[in-house]
Amino acid sequence: MAAVIDRFALAAVALSADEYRAIVAALGRDPSELELGMFGALWSEHCSYKTSKALLRQLPTEGPHVLQGPGENAGAVDIGDGLAVVFKIESHNHPSAIEPYQGAATGVGGILRDVFAMGARPIAILDALRFGPLEQGRNRHLFQGVVAGIGGYGNCFGCPTVGGEVYFDPAYSDNPIVNAMCVGLVEHDRLRRARADRSGDLVLLVGADTGRDGIHGATFASVEMDERSAARRPAVQVGNPFLEKLLCEACLRLNQLDGVTAIQDLGAAGLTSAAAELAHRGRRGIDIDVARISRREREMSAYDVMLSESQERMLVVVRPEAETAARQIFDHFELHADRVGSITSTGRIRVRDEGAVVADIPLKVLVDGVPARSPASEVPDKQPSLGMPSIEEPEAVLLDLMARPNLRSRRPIFRTYDHQVQDNTVWGPGFDAALLRVPGTTKGLALTTDGNPWYVALDPYEGTKAAVAEAARNIVCSGARPLAVTNCLNFGNPERPFVFGQLQESVRGLADACRAFELPVVSGNVSLYNETSERNIPPTPVIGMVGLLDDLALRCPAGFQEDGDLVFLLGDTSEELAGSEYWRLIGARPEGRPPIVSLEMERRLQAALLDSIGRGVLRCAHDVSDGGLLVALAESALFSGRGLRCPGITSPVSREAFYFGESQGRVIVSVAPRRVPELQKLMAKHHVPLHAIGVVGGEDFQVGSDIRISLESLRQAWETPF
Amino acid sequence: MKTGIVVFPGTWSDRDCAHALLEVLGEPVRFVDYRERDLGDLNLVILPGGFSYGDYLRCGAIARFTPVMNAVADFANRGGLVLGICNGFQILQEARLLPGALLRNASCEFRCEWVQLRVEQSDCAFTVDCRPGQVLRIPISHGEGNFFADPHTLESLEANGQIVFRYCTADGRITPEANPNGSLRNIAGVANARGNVLGLMPHPERACEPLLGGDDGLAIFRSAIHALNRVAV
Repeated sequence: MAAVIDRFALAAVALSADEYRAIVAALGRDPSELELGMFGALWSEHCSYKTSKALLRQLPTEGPHVLQGPGENAGAVDIGDGLAVVFKIESHNHPSAIEPYQGAATGVGGILRDVFAMGARPIAILDALRFGPLEQGRNRHLFQGVVAGIGGYGNCFGCPTVGGEVYFDPAYSDNPIVNAMCVGLVEHDRLRRARADRSGDLVLLVGADTGRDGIHGATFASVEMDERSAARRPAVQVGNPFLEKLLCEACLRLNQLDGVTAIQDLGAAGLTSAAAELAHRGRRGIDIDVARISRREREMSAYDVMLSESQERMLVVVRPEAETAARQIFDHFELHADRVGSITSTGRIRVRDEGAVVADIPLKVLVDGVPARSPASEVPDKQPSLGMPSIEEPEAVLLDLMARPNLRSRRPIFRTYDHQVQDNTVWGPGFDAALLRVPGTTKGLALTTDGNPWYVALDPYEGTKAAVAEAARNIVCSGARPLAVTNCLNFGNPERPFVFGQLQESVRGLADACRAFELPVVSGNVSLYNETSERNIPPTPVIGMVGLLDDLALRCPAGFQEDGDLVFLLGDTSEELAGSEYWRLIGARPEGRPPIVSLEMERRLQAALLDSIGRGVLRCAHDVSDGGLLVALAESALFSGRGLRCPGITSPVSREAFYFGESQGRVIVSVAPRRVPELQKLMAKHHVPLHAIGVVGGEDFQVGSDIRISLESLRQAWETPF
Repeated sequence: MKTGIVVFPGTWSDRDCAHALLEVLGEPVRFVDYRERDLGDLNLVILPGGFSYGDYLRCGAIARFTPVMNAVADFANRGGLVLGICNGFQILQEARLLPGALLRNASCEFRCEWVQLRVEQSDCAFTVDCRPGQVLRIPISHGEGNFFADPHTLESLEANGQIVFRYCTADGRITPEANPNGSLRNIAGVANARGNVLGLMPHPERACEPLLGGDDGLAIFRSAIHALNRVAV
């Protein structure tokens, strides 16, 4: 190793000695301090996917409707009428662990920019959150800060937060998961790629001035955290949603302009990453003059400027003759723009400061040259299924479950989010999937995020399959057809063999499930090193899914609609309790085999549901998931304030598994009595088991002689505040 | 009728208001930039919701100094109809076109949810289609909607019939539980003494289609249309 570089300098940019040698070999010389910083950022796990890239190749990414797969700012899928839906999910776990409000806020800001950089207007935000138990002050601080940060940014920006999920488990103490998904709409011919493919184009940096905030954020997101992490607080950025709103409107207007070649947001690794990726995608080079960049502070070095993660900045590449028109748009929105460089034919990124060249790197090396890491892996043994604990008082158990932080109503959270702005929200948060009108059409988009962390912890392969199946089931329950997937893979430190094994198994499950449902993965994000003081988070893949409903008039709600309607359970229940909320309620050890999804059964179930909903047979459909059958029934009752009477239920499985087990591939539906024969015929046609459950009506929730609770008591339990 | 929808930097319900008027009601609209000094031939001006200037400093405090606000004040003083929704209400207060102030919600949290409003006055231009006591279901979406005024102002608002909407229960009772933000006397919307300027915190433009959960908000827009047509005749 070169004498000028010691291991401390490498640790500062989180590069290994081998990676340093690869840099020296590629450059034919030692890198300068700035160049080393740029490599540290782009070769970080966060930017380079060096550990996960090989695994991700298993994922299906193509399909007849896919307009843009992974590799751009976001994925894009055709929804007809000349429109495309653009979406992506991304993590902001590390910043949120240090400074929850700004960490979450800038997570939302970053994903919004990814979507409007594609030329799409953001129409929805969803959030997948995981925290430790709120009884601990630190966890409550993180929870309150994150929720306030999401609302603070999205509400001010004017994009509705329409869905998501939140779970609590001690394993997330001090290491919360904050994933934000954004969905946007654009006309096909205006879908934009961040690809600078014309030499001589000008590069404009628009939006906020560049400060010292967030320097090395990407690197910071790629190492484990410890007690010193709080000292990295300056690495967390501060958001300005007002400026982002102006930037978004300007970019959307810019997108209508001829002569605009590319728009790229500045996210992780700031200008270094944005400039390098933009030029490399177009197989060109880029010159940047840092002296031309407006700064917030004096005496910032080229290093500071190139690696700053100041928020609300975009790079815009224009033909020289379009600069004036572009500047008129920026002026209209009172946005500041610096001309910071140009696109070249060199295939290199060259950085100048006051005339001197301070960095000069071939883009191929910087963007694609990182040696892949293939850490040792240890695939967990399949766990045996365990015996069933029995319950004495189902009624008390149900009330306890409804009040559990993982199952209770999320209204106290989502009512702090504007979920209606833009006038498209047909169903906001709180249901299986959010449903949005596609403006100007009769179509709807169904949106969801899912990822039960306990199933994945017990079996990463099965658990990830289940997450995809559940997301698709949620979409289908609304009447929509699943279109495509985005995913965020949140895992611990991959240098630990058991963690890498979890990642391998999880990606395999994701790939198998997506193939079975013919769902392309069009975008995603990998967040590794979620480890604090040697404690790793449970493996946490989050699936974001978008579905299309051709006619909103055919939407199917989740709550019971009419007294006298008959309620059925579709799908079979197995003797499965491990990983369930009931399992945790009774304090059972986190072991055993999680519910297993039969992809074949699941496909049949979802086809049967779409068939029935499309024919208008169903009055409601609600996914049976966390908490099991009785919780799902109680939710459908509470959604609409209608009771339920079930005669004694006989089932081939134990009462515990039937009431509270979380067997997959199940949905409850209600139908008008006269349409029952049609339902029976349809289920027979699709080979889906149908079980009669009860009748809608009354003020009580009643199950045989086991349970008789007033809806009011049920609601009180469900609405327990956080 | 010609409606102008004022767009400040950070406004976001401009497009929603335009959708309600143009797509749902078929009324022509024009966006008015905050730098404009002349409202031309408009006869209804809407200051929509959003976070003008990020709500930095204080909600509405910066927007009131924009050039368009002089034109809005002149327009209001000539008797033109002005509707301020949410942030628009806050701006109208900062501009002294409406009384009172809107403080942080008593819960100290942002609230987005459907609420009920009782129509207190049906002789205001924006409620001529309603009957007194009618309950409208319309969503709120704000962090600072807690209506405050000194006791003297409150009494004069009551005496002059300037309190147009109060938060109420589904059956029209004014109770503390029905009050989502701590507003004094459950006040959700007030008019100026002349009755041509109305500000309200709830978003009627979000309640114009059954598909989106209800269409009670149409009553407010239709009232303005009818009031203007009556003047025209």
